[in-house]
Amino acid sequence: MRLKINGENIDNLRAATIKELLGELKIETGRVAVEVNLAVVKKADFETFRLKDGDVVEIVNFVGGG
Amino acid sequence: MEDRLIIKGIEFKSRLWVGTGKYKDFEETRRAIEASGADVVTVAVRRTNITDRKSENLLDYIDPNKYKILPNTAGCYTVQDALRYSRLAREAGVSDMIKIEVIGDEKTLFPDVIGLLEATEILAKEGFIVFPYTNDDPIMAKRLLDAGAAAVMPLAAPIGSGLGIRNPYNLKIILETIKLPVIVDAGVGTASDVAIAMELGCDAVLLNTAIAGAKDPIAMAEAMKHAVIAGRLAYKAGRIPKKLYATASTTFEGML
Repeated sequence: MRLKINGENIDNLRAATIKELLGELKIETGRVAVEVNLAVVKKADFETFRLKDGDVVEIVNFVGGG
Repeated sequence: MEDRLIIKGIEFKSRLWVGTGKYKDFEETRRAIEASGADVVTVAVRRTNITDRKSENLLDYIDPNKYKILPNTAGCYTVQDALRYSRLAREAGVSDMIKIEVIGDEKTLFPDVIGLLEATEILAKEGFIVFPYTNDDPIMAKRLLDAGAAAVMPLAAPIGSGLGIRNPYNLKIILETIKLPVIVDAGVGTASDVAIAMELGCDAVLLNTAIAGAKDPIAMAEAMKHAVIAGRLAYKAGRIPKKLYATASTTFEGML
């Protein structure tokens, strides 16, 4: 599967759900928020939310700011 | 009597709120925040690094169980973006509080208050505890509260400018007009600026650059901690009126 993640096209992903995608990218689920095609996905739905080829995914976390 | 700051049922242990931007590294951030005695810590929402998986996370240094995390929408120039960042921030799962910034101009970073008002109204309806970063306009402060803001955060001066309290009279009018907390946000340069804001009767001060940009951020953080306490005590104590001429402190009685 090909996804656009944080602005980058990434091919050959095996993950079918958000939880699997975060696992594949080795990102801890606890401190991130995820948006798919401009809609925020609730943490509780990470396990069931199914990704489709071509989805635009944003994975964000907190950084320093004022 | 205890002098606690409570907003929407949340009790705040300090009236100094601090940002986490512009520090040398996360360790310096941690030490400065610790020295400041702050209870509220602001953070920004940005893309996770998906290629460098070893990169450290700010929240490894700023424990969300110890501090109240206040995400911001820094860098947002439209209502749409401010809403998007706010919703992502809430879903990240540490806080329902949001500091809304809808920036109007790159050079001044002054708020676009029309967009700010719209975003405040929408997010307050969605159950966010909304802290809007606004200018020092008493009318806008009132409109923001009517729109559901939990407090108002008027700027002292442009973000990062260090110019200090540029319009204490407007802040006074805001304080008189607004029955909810007023938190000065942005523009303070040093401890005396913080003390002035608190002496005016402001409920808290939020700052970032004044600490992070100081030669010794840890020492400045401590100075800010004392300034907030001193300013608040002076406000509660009630200062003497200003007079043009002298009044002797020592009695004339018993003079030779």
